[in-house]
Amino acid sequence: MKKTASRFLTALVYIFLFAPILILLVFSFNDSKSLSVFSGFSFRWYTELVKDRHTLEAVRNTLVLAASATVISTVMGTAAAWGIDRLRSRWYRTVVDTVTDIPMTNPDIITGISMMLMFVFVGRLFGAHSSLNFWTLLIAHVTFCLPYVILQVLPKLQQMDRALPEAAMDLGCTPLRAFLKVELPEMLPGIVTGAIMAFTLSLDDFVISYFTSGTGFQTLPIRIYSMTKKTVTPKMYALATIIFFITLTLLLISNFIESADEGNTKQKRKKSKAD
Amino acid sequence: MLKKLLKKSSGSGRAALAPYTLWAVLFIVIPMLFIAYYAFTDNNFNFTTENITRFFTSVSSLRNEDGTVTEVHTYLLIFLRSLKLAVLSTIICLLIGYPMAYRIAHASKRAQKIMMTLIMIPMWMNFLIRTYAWMTILQDAGVLNRLLSAAGLPSIHIIGTEGAVLIGMVYDYLPYMILPIYSVMVKMDLSLLEAARDLGCGSLSVLRRVIFPLSLPGVISGITMVLIPSISTFYISQKLGNGKFFLIGDAIEGQYVANNLHFAAAMAFILMVILLFFMALVKYSTSRYLYGGEAK
Repeated sequence: MKKTASRFLTALVYIFLFAPILILLVFSFNDSKSLSVFSGFSFRWYTELVKDRHTLEAVRNTLVLAASATVISTVMGTAAAWGIDRLRSRWYRTVVDTVTDIPMTNPDIITGISMMLMFVFVGRLFGAHSSLNFWTLLIAHVTFCLPYVILQVLPKLQQMDRALPEAAMDLGCTPLRAFLKVELPEMLPGIVTGAIMAFTLSLDDFVISYFTSGTGFQTLPIRIYSMTKKTVTPKMYALATIIFFITLTLLLISNFIESADEGNTKQKRKKSKAD
Repeated sequence: MLKKLLKKSSGSGRAALAPYTLWAVLFIVIPMLFIAYYAFTDNNFNFTTENITRFFTSVSSLRNEDGTVTEVHTYLLIFLRSLKLAVLSTIICLLIGYPMAYRIAHASKRAQKIMMTLIMIPMWMNFLIRTYAWMTILQDAGVLNRLLSAAGLPSIHIIGTEGAVLIGMVYDYLPYMILPIYSVMVKMDLSLLEAARDLGCGSLSVLRRVIFPLSLPGVISGITMVLIPSISTFYISQKLGNGKFFLIGDAIEGQYVANNLHFAAAMAFILMVILLFFMALVKYSTSRYLYGGEAK
């Protein structure tokens, strides 16, 4: 009895979580414009979506931005994590940790406003008419992605046996070779999940982009925002459905990598036990 | 030789950290200072506290239904409303999320993975779209009311009310409550629970004296992860509140759109200070549970 009740409540939560998504998926195939009456199956909104130049450009912009932000934040964040792991100065470590925490704990609206104020101020100093553009958006995205990359890579380094790179060097490896052959493989799962996180965070971000982007460069969430200001056609639902399946694929890939990583460490443990 | 090598590697560590340090100073620390700078200056960048006092003293008149007019504190009222809704959504998320996390953490390994993936999938949908989907569900002629009338029930008017905004908040942020609580619970040492039972604890007191204190770090980060985005949202209130009432996020966004950057900064500054204070309070009031046991 108690178990049935708990099962029922769990199911209710899942229904709550998936009802809107289901409705969205279904109505993206609706033949009419209505978002509450299903009048027939069609790909009408998908073909209209493909014809919408502004939205397609926003998709392209979003991907370009997310890819650039991911590359920069992954490289810089990995280097930073490696550096933090070797840091022996306590106060430097505390300061770095605290500052890294700021973008994660601050509300997005404050992160967005703070950067916008600085960009506008600096832009005014140089007499620029509008100071928000692709570059300010890129800086903002790199900034909010960095902490997530660092927090993914750092634990991998801390789990690593510190003697390993030293042993490699004792056995004749140059520091660079030791890094490439020993440390980098240890960090790699963290780097990959960090990069995936950075990419999806960047794809998904609306609030910070809203404050740091100019009129010239529109990302998809900003395009969606301006589309939902007026009445919306199910075109946007078609778009949401496509995004949904793409992110679902990404999620499955990252799950797969994670479980492969777990399998690896298990195998390693078994091996070392056998040895 | 080894000492030299270590020293050298520490140096290269600093070199690797240098770009990030520079980046963090330029784009995290300095922007924060800019909020304070704008909050305490006027349009000509002369020092003023006017923006801050405006937040606390600005009044506007509300016309009542019977024709009389009441004076209310504009921004204080907006802030209190945001706080009320954010606290309510956090409490609801906790009430739903805690049992959910408990149930998932006590399922089989395989079921856990599936259940957690299902929790996370909606998070991967753009939140503007998720919120918009709720708007179409809750509308007067929306899916919900169609279902109700199909079942022979009277239709309800919910869009544009605080209830609708609350549903949106709970929907958007519930996974952020479940995730951290789950990750703490799944690591919990089950033998502790058995020991408590062996020593005569009933299931309620096991929950109260063992499970809850141990899961507290997860609860705290869950509260933070729900409260902070709920209190600062502006899209949810625009869509599900039908723009009928403002939250603090709407007020900040509105001042940004109107190019009143100094007042927008002042409100952001006040929000930041209050949140810092709130977080410190949460940390302080729970520190007894978190560290008290270990210290002994």
